[in-house]
Amino acid sequence: MVEWWDLTYRFFSFSDAAVRLVVAGTMLLGAAAGGLGTFVYLQKRSLVGDALAHAALPGVGLAFLILGEKQFLPLVVGAAVTAWLGGLAVDAVTRYTRLKLDAALGMVLSVFFGFGILILTHIQKGGYADQSGLAHFIFGKAAAMSPGDVTAIGVITLLLAVTLMVGFRHFKLVVFDPGFAASLGLPIRIWQFALTTLVVMAVTIGLQAVGVVLIAALLITPAAAARQWTDRLAPMIGLATAFGSLSGLLGAYISFLAPALPTGPWVVVVVSSIFAVSLLLAPNRGIVWRLLEFWGHRRKVSRDHILKALYRHGMDRGNWTDYYPRRAIAELWSFRPGELRSALGQLVANGSLERSGDMFRLTSAGIASGERITRLHRLWEVYLSRYLDLPSDHLHRDAEAMEHVISPELEAQLTDLLEHPTHDPHAQPIPYERAKGEAKDQAS
Amino acid sequence: MASSPPIEVHDLTVAYRQKPVLWNVDFSLPEGELIGLVGPNGAGKSTLLKAIMGFLPLLSGYVRVYGKPFEQQRQFIGYVPQRESVDWDFPVSVLDVVNMGRFGHLPLIGGLKRTDKERARAALDQVGLADLAGRQISQLSGGQQQRVFLARALAQDATIYLMDEPFAGVDARTERAIVDLLKQLKADGKTVLAVHHDLHTVQEYFDWVMLLNLRLVRLGPTTEIFTEENLRVTYGGKLAILAEAAESLTRRTEV
Amino acid sequence: MNLSPDTWIMLVAIIAAVSCGLVGTWLVLRQNAMLGDAISHSVLPGLVLAFLISQSRDVLPMVIGAGVMGLGTAWLTEMLGRTGRLYRDAALGIVFTLLFAIGVILVSIYTGQIDLDQDCVLYGEIAYAPWDRIAVGSTDLGPRSFWILSGALLVVVLFSALFYHQLMVTSFDPALARAVGVNERFWHYALMTVVSLVIVAAFESVGAILVVAMLILPSATGKLISHRMRPLVVTAIVVAIVTAIGGVELADRVDGSIAGAMTVVGGVIFVLVAITSRLIQRHRQRHEYEAATTTQLQAPGDSAIRG
Repeated sequence: MVEWWDLTYRFFSFSDAAVRLVVAGTMLLGAAAGGLGTFVYLQKRSLVGDALAHAALPGVGLAFLILGEKQFLPLVVGAAVTAWLGGLAVDAVTRYTRLKLDAALGMVLSVFFGFGILILTHIQKGGYADQSGLAHFIFGKAAAMSPGDVTAIGVITLLLAVTLMVGFRHFKLVVFDPGFAASLGLPIRIWQFALTTLVVMAVTIGLQAVGVVLIAALLITPAAAARQWTDRLAPMIGLATAFGSLSGLLGAYISFLAPALPTGPWVVVVVSSIFAVSLLLAPNRGIVWRLLEFWGHRRKVSRDHILKALYRHGMDRGNWTDYYPRRAIAELWSFRPGELRSALGQLVANGSLERSGDMFRLTSAGIASGERITRLHRLWEVYLSRYLDLPSDHLHRDAEAMEHVISPELEAQLTDLLEHPTHDPHAQPIPYERAKGEAKDQAS
Repeated sequence: MASSPPIEVHDLTVAYRQKPVLWNVDFSLPEGELIGLVGPNGAGKSTLLKAIMGFLPLLSGYVRVYGKPFEQQRQFIGYVPQRESVDWDFPVSVLDVVNMGRFGHLPLIGGLKRTDKERARAALDQVGLADLAGRQISQLSGGQQQRVFLARALAQDATIYLMDEPFAGVDARTERAIVDLLKQLKADGKTVLAVHHDLHTVQEYFDWVMLLNLRLVRLGPTTEIFTEENLRVTYGGKLAILAEAAESLTRRTEV
Repeated sequence: MNLSPDTWIMLVAIIAAVSCGLVGTWLVLRQNAMLGDAISHSVLPGLVLAFLISQSRDVLPMVIGAGVMGLGTAWLTEMLGRTGRLYRDAALGIVFTLLFAIGVILVSIYTGQIDLDQDCVLYGEIAYAPWDRIAVGSTDLGPRSFWILSGALLVVVLFSALFYHQLMVTSFDPALARAVGVNERFWHYALMTVVSLVIVAAFESVGAILVVAMLILPSATGKLISHRMRPLVVTAIVVAIVTAIGGVELADRVDGSIAGAMTVVGGVIFVLVAITSRLIQRHRQRHEYEAATTTQLQAPGDSAIRG
C-alpha cells in the first residue's frame, strides 16, 4: 500500500523525466486521435482508422530497410506513406470493384499488415544491428519514446489541431452533408483526402505509444463516448480530446505501477471504461438516466392516479373536504406493493395532500393538479377523435397514458389547436376553472 | 377460417428509437381485395407491413392472420420487399432467388424437393421471366428485378400478399404486367396489400385503399374513400402535437 | 505419417487457407467481413483464459474459449448497436479493441505460464508445425495443427453444405428469411460460431491478423470474376491453394514469416485479378456497345407477363 502510494506520488508529481516523457507522448496522442476520431466517427468510417493503422506497419519496415537504422522521423514518414497508400487502396477497391467497404477494409488491413510482418521477420532474421525495437511498433512501447520522439509527436499534434481549426467549417460540412457541400462548389474529394491525411498522421504518431493494432481504439472510442454527452460537434470534439488524453494519462500511470505491463492495452482499457461510463451515465442519453426517468415516470403515474381519483370523487360530491382512508385509496388503482405508501408520502410532501392520521384529502394545489390531469385526459380524447378519427371506444386507453406526459407548453398548443373544447367525445365536461387560476398565479 | 379476416390489426402502436411511427392503428382487411396503402413519406407504410410480419417490437396491440398470430400462419403470407433492400450483386441466379420463396418448406438439412422447384419455375413463368431463369440477378433491369421479387412471392403460394412499393422505379411495360398480375391474384381470390405512391393510378389499380399517416386515416372501397377531402387529411400536417406527445411518452416508458 | 517437414508446412498452409476462405465467403457475402477481423482479435483473451484454466493446449478448452469470445463479440456489437446510441461500425471497433487489449494484458501477465507470446498472437508460425506432432501409442500421426485444421475444414464444409440454403437466404434477404420462417439471427450466430472455430484452429499457424486475409481474400477475389455461387466457391478454393503455395515459396525466398508472405501473395493475386477482369470487362463493353449500335437487340424476358 505504501509502495503504491509512493509510486502514485512519483508519477503524478511528474518529477521523473521518463514519466514526463511518456505522459506527454500518450496524452498528446490521445488528444490528437480523440479529436480527429470525432470526424471519422460521424462519417461512419470508424474502422477506416483500424485499416490505416495496420497499413502503416510495412512503412516502418521499409524505412528501416532503406536507412538501415532506427530513427523516429523517417520511420514515421515511412509509416505515413504506406498508411496513406492503404487509404487510397480502400477507396480504389470500393470504387472500381463490386466489393463493399467491409471487404475492402479487411483486405487492405490484412494484406498491408502481412507485408509489414514479412518485412519485419525478414529484418529479424537478416542480422541487422539496430533492429530490436521495431517490433514495438506493433504493440507499442511508450517507455521507449525519446525526447525527440515526443517533440515530433507534439509538433504533429499541433499541426493537426491548427489544420482542424482552420478548416473546421469545411470539414463539418463535408462530414455532415457531402451532397450539399458539393452543391456549394466545395471540392469534396480534396477535403476528404485532407481528412484521411490527418487520420494517417494521427495514426503514425501513435505507433510507438500504443502500436498499430490498438491505435484504432483511440480513434473510435473517445468519439463514441463523447457522443453520449452532447449533440453538437464542437463540444463533442472537445470531450473526445479530453477523453483521449485522460486515457493516455491513466494508461501511462497503470503501466508505471506495474512496469511489466504494456501501456497501449491499458490506454485502451481505460478509454473503453470511459465509454462504458458514458453509455450508462450521460445525461439524457445514458442508460441509468433513462432508467431513473422511467422509474420517475412510474411514480408520477401512481401519484396522478390518486390525484385524479380523489378529484373526481370530490367533483361528484361537490366538495373536497372529506378525508379518505388509505384503504379506500388503495382500491382506486392497481398499485404495486409499497407503491401506494411512497406515492402518498410524496403527495403529502409536495403539498398536494393533507394528512390526518391514516386519512388523506386534497389541498387546493392537489385539486388543481387533479383537475389538470382530468383536463389533459379529456383534451387528448378530443384531439384523437378529431385529428386521428379514432372511434370513441379507442380513446380512453391512449389518453390514460398521455395524461401523465403532456407538458404545459404542449397543453397550451393543444387547447389552441382544438379551440378550447368544452366537452370530450364522451360528452363529459373539460374542467378549466383552476387552469385560469394557475395562469393568474404565474402571471402575478 | 372463413369467418376471420385475412389480417386483423388491433390497437397497433410502433415506435422506433423513441419516435412513434404508427399510432393506434386498428383495422381488418377484407378478403380477396386489392388494397392500396397510400400516405406521405414517413407515414409508416413499410413499418406497417413489417409490423404485420412481426419484424418489429410492438409498443401495444396485436396482429392476427386469419385469427391467429403470424408465427403460426406465415405460410399464408407472401412478401415483396422494396427492391433496394437487397444486394443485387449477390452471386445467385434468377431461379435461385425465386426458389427462396419455397424455403418455408425447406427440410432442416438438404435442398428443396422437386415439387418446390417446379412451383418456383411456374411462378417465374407467370411473370414472364422463364427465359432468364439462369441469369445472374445483377444483369436484370429494374423492372425485371421487381418481377423476380413478385415471382418469389408467387412461389410462396400464399393467400395474402404484402408488397412494399412494387411499382417503384419500374418501366411502363413492367407496370402494366404487374397490374395484370394483381388482377389475376384477385381473380384467384387472394388478398393484396401494396404500398403505392402514385396517386394518379390508385383508382385504376386498387379496389380498396388504406390511407395512412402515423395513424390510420381511412380504409374502404376506393370509390368511397379516395376523395380529395380524405387525401387532404392524410397528407396535411397538424400531427406535430401527436408526434411530440408520443415521443415524450415513449421516452418515459421505454429504456 | 512420414512426409518431409516442407510438405507438412505446405499442407497445413493449404488447409488453413482453404478453411478460412470457405467460411469467409459467407462473411463477404453478408457484408460482414470486418466482423471476421473483430473476432480474430477478440478470441485472444478466450484463448489465454482457456490455457490458464485447463493448463494445457487441448483443443476443446481452446475451442470453447474462442467460441465464447467470438459469439460474445458478435452479441455485444449487436447489443451496443441496438441501444441506438452509437453507430454499428464504432460498436464493433470498441468491442474488439477492448477484448484484444485485455488479451494482450493477460498474455503479458501470464507470459511465463502459457505457451503464447505476442509474436505468435500476431502471425503464428507455420514453420514450427511439423515438429509439434501427435501420436497414438507409438504410431506417429503427423503434426497436431494438421489434424486440428483438417477438423475445422470438415466442420466448415459440412456446415456450408448441409445448411447452404439457410445461409443463402439469410445472407441475401434477411427479411424474406424471417417471412418464410428461417431464423435469421440463429444462423448469424451459428455462422459466427463456426468462424470463431476456424479462427482458433488457424490461430497457431497464421496468427490473429493474418487470419483475416485468409478469410476475405479468396472470396473477394472470387467475387471479382464469378456471378454464381459455385464458381465463386471454386475460385475461392483455387485462390486459397495458390496463395498458400506461393506464400510458402515466397517466405522461403526472403526468409520471412510464412503467414505474412501468404497475405502478400493473396493481395497480389487479388490486384492482378481485379485489373485483368476490369480490362476484359471494358473490352467486352466496347464490343457490346458497337454491336448494340448496329443491331437493335431486344432483351429477352421483356415480353408481357402471362396470367
